[in-house]
Amino acid sequence: MGYEPQTDFGTPEVLSDVAVTLTIDGRQVTVPAGTSVMRAAGSCGGSLPSLCATDSVEAFGSCRMCLVEIEGARGLPASCTTPVAEGMVVHTQTERLARVRKGVMELYISDHPLDCLTCSANNDCELQDTAAEVGLRDVRYGYDGANHLGAAIDSSNPYFDFDPSKCIACSRCVRACDEVQGTLALTIDGRGFASKVSAGQAGDNFLSSECVSCGACVAACPTATLQEKAVKELGKPERAVITTCAYCGVGCTFRAEMKGEQLVRMVPWKDGKANRGHSCVKGRFAWGYANHQDRILSPMIRDSIENPWREVSWDEALTFTAGKLNAIKAQYGARALGGITSSRCTNEEVWLVQKLIRSGFGSNNVDTCARVCHSPTGYGLSKTFGTSAGTQDFDSVMDADVVLVIGANPTDGHPVFASRLKRRLRQGAKLIVIDPRRIDLVRSPHIEAAHHLALQPGTNVAVLTAIAHVIVTEGLADEAFVRERCDLDEYQDWARFVSDQRHSPEALEAVTRVPAAELRAAARLYATGGNGAIYYGLGVTEHSQGSSTVIAIANLAMATGNIGRRGVGVNPLRGQNNVQGSCDMGSFPHELPGYRHISDTATRELFEHDWGVALDAEPGLRIPNMLDAAIDGSFRALYVQGEDILQSDPNTHHVAAGLKAMDCVIVHDLFLNETANYAHVFLPGSTFLEKTGTFTNAERRIQMVRKVMEPANGGLEDWQVTQALANAMGLGWTYSDAGEIMDEIARLTPSFAGVSHARLDAEGSLQWPVNAAHPDGSPIMHEDGFVRGKGKFIVTDYVPTDEKTGPRFPLLLTTGRILSQYNVGAQTRRTENTVWHPEDLLEMHPTDAENRGLNDGDWVRLTSRTGETTLRVTVTDRVAPGVVYTTFHHPATQANVVTTEFSDWATNCPEYKVTAVQVMPSNGPSEWQETYASWSEKSRRITPVAAE
Amino acid sequence: MMLDRLNQMANQIARNLAMQGEAKAVDATYQHLKDFWDPRMKAAILASDRAGLDPIARAAVDRLAA
Repeated sequence: MGYEPQTDFGTPEVLSDVAVTLTIDGRQVTVPAGTSVMRAAGSCGGSLPSLCATDSVEAFGSCRMCLVEIEGARGLPASCTTPVAEGMVVHTQTERLARVRKGVMELYISDHPLDCLTCSANNDCELQDTAAEVGLRDVRYGYDGANHLGAAIDSSNPYFDFDPSKCIACSRCVRACDEVQGTLALTIDGRGFASKVSAGQAGDNFLSSECVSCGACVAACPTATLQEKAVKELGKPERAVITTCAYCGVGCTFRAEMKGEQLVRMVPWKDGKANRGHSCVKGRFAWGYANHQDRILSPMIRDSIENPWREVSWDEALTFTAGKLNAIKAQYGARALGGITSSRCTNEEVWLVQKLIRSGFGSNNVDTCARVCHSPTGYGLSKTFGTSAGTQDFDSVMDADVVLVIGANPTDGHPVFASRLKRRLRQGAKLIVIDPRRIDLVRSPHIEAAHHLALQPGTNVAVLTAIAHVIVTEGLADEAFVRERCDLDEYQDWARFVSDQRHSPEALEAVTRVPAAELRAAARLYATGGNGAIYYGLGVTEHSQGSSTVIAIANLAMATGNIGRRGVGVNPLRGQNNVQGSCDMGSFPHELPGYRHISDTATRELFEHDWGVALDAEPGLRIPNMLDAAIDGSFRALYVQGEDILQSDPNTHHVAAGLKAMDCVIVHDLFLNETANYAHVFLPGSTFLEKTGTFTNAERRIQMVRKVMEPANGGLEDWQVTQALANAMGLGWTYSDAGEIMDEIARLTPSFAGVSHARLDAEGSLQWPVNAAHPDGSPIMHEDGFVRGKGKFIVTDYVPTDEKTGPRFPLLLTTGRILSQYNVGAQTRRTENTVWHPEDLLEMHPTDAENRGLNDGDWVRLTSRTGETTLRVTVTDRVAPGVVYTTFHHPATQANVVTTEFSDWATNCPEYKVTAVQVMPSNGPSEWQETYASWSEKSRRITPVAAE
Repeated sequence: MMLDRLNQMANQIARNLAMQGEAKAVDATYQHLKDFWDPRMKAAILASDRAGLDPIARAAVDRLAA
């Protein structure tokens, strides 16, 4: 499409079963009751001038530009704050209105710079448009009176400037921060003529304030007051393409606003059903990595990881790689080869990688980064409900009465969903937080959790069993739901188990450290507070009992009847943009796409017939088992697409040893990541801006990713690289575009049967299953019964982790993420986001810090049974005594040097959240850090391609 | 494959299924190993003396051998 601003109806959409008909400028229009006159006028093609109104925030009625005349009504009411009424007759264009509007506009312009031609918002400015619309030709008051034209620009935010000289004090930014983002970082300071937008307290600027740089204020600003630096530098975009963000599992859709092949800005798409026009600092602004100088754009090979890289042509790289893979297969057998698909890549790309491994390599040794995040979700929800996915869409939270957040930190990890959640909480829904840390949701402006159960890390199952004990023993279960929808015998077994006195909150308090009375109150609230919705994250899954915890959550939802309708459900907050999709696409070693076990003959034959090749009927290796087998000598080659296992997987020493033991490691990525230090082949990847395909977000929503620029690696999208590698191995693939791959996915995967790129282009998005039974997709799952038939209660008992604290390692380390950085930081560390988080920090309670003589900012040595690293400490009571916390965004720290190989019993998802550690003062980097830095520098040497 | 690691994995699976009662736990542990373990992992634990296995895990591995 060309460049057109997004339609703005002035005030938010109102949903009502009651329709109201009125007449506007002689045209009859029918709209839902409660709609504003302004929106009604917009819906029938009319247009009202306005400055303070925008449809992302509630009407304010301050600018006086949208005045109308209503027959029978006195005065000139503001159309934005006036609701429609049956039979109302409205006039939007009269001589009287024109006179008033022009007079108001004169006042605005009398205190506004007249620099339109050189202004960054020229031709994209609502003030300019409105001045033209009212026909303003001069300002009778002159420009010499008191004004704000000399106000200083605040350039502290790395992505946008605040120029108060251009501010018209419409409060749209303040209201966007309040209502859309929910941070309340902005305010109007002063009164009357002295009114001005202020970020934070006196003396603050945007960077030092509580602003989270989501961009909602910038999007809402009608002038150039809040303007992207990129627009100021590059000018107004000339075209826009709708695409999907490549950061977290929320799956925000954006308009990539372009100037030729140059991305100018990413603006949240108002019609996006996942984000509803909102964004976070990563998706909105942190896309600079796409053209970062660190990107590797030429294929590279080397015979030994001791050698420098050698830049080569694509042909040479692919021939070299295929030769190595074929030779290893011939010598050691197909099961010596495997690969890792990427949850950052598209469904189509994941599909091809798993197909290459199964049909080309000849093994089922395919795994994905979901192994280290949400594999327990797949296991737990498939066992209990019959499908490996969350049950709701994001909109569902607006119907929740009680929200239970366990092991998730949505304001950092899933910020756009968190804004929606906070909006619901401000409306009055109750909140229960189960987390060892006092995450921001526990207490933030206008939000306070009813209960924060600050449990001891590793005791999720004990806490959930205690909650179940209260629900069952106090008669709070929804037995009618259970009798109708679940296996009653299994429920009774479970109810008997949890009712045992040893599972009471009082009995478990010594284990969980959660006060029994608090836990009982939380359980009662969840069971009796109306629609109860559970949202969870990696604080649930990344434990030795991750799968048990997911099952325990599903048990609670079934026992209370909180499943199968809006406002309730079990909602895993997925980590990466396409982690749901990568799992759907058959990335696990035991199952084919659509979660069908590899041993199922009928399913296997379906694929064998379509692909024309026999498939191994035995499950393959998971990532940690691949590394074990590599050290053992039976696993020799690995193709890794878009994943950095050296930095992200636990026990870095073990990962390094496994990679080092392999004969051929192929890294297909944007950057020379840490894993590439042990690789023999580097295949340059393409960014989400350079490819076409689909991502599937945490609500099972399949959305298009659209290419807005040519791949910088010589023109190959990632699926084309995989196809080229397959063909170099002799497979003869002939996909001409990503849409053809989706057609194959739909042909072979029942839950995707009705999906095609053409349909996604037409409808925007679809939520699987999309098939004959659900032709329009499935926003809510299990509405008429569970996918597996009867809901299955499974008894879960608390089994303590083998990772124990003791005299040498007295503290428990838990790890997590922060808003401005993403996963291993490969993308965000290469953006200005580093201004908020330049290094990993270790959070420690003041008591523990004092016992060790540590002050805020001191260097400390963090040691576990597997390794040690150093980083700075930050002293805070956000963590409980005995618990420390850090992130793993920076390779210089590599927190995973410290984490262990203990993992979930069912899925081997690593136990990142529980590591016994000691923390002591330090005066420099650890020996490992120095050794690794030296190795990393050596490994990254590149010999340029020789001139001919 | 590293036997200690396989034993630890098998024992952990068995411990998490033990509350179902011994017979069901053995069934479930056996099924889990069958469904999720790669052939070389199964072969390695089958070739071991199983001395490092807890009773439920050992019974499950015995069944895998049958």
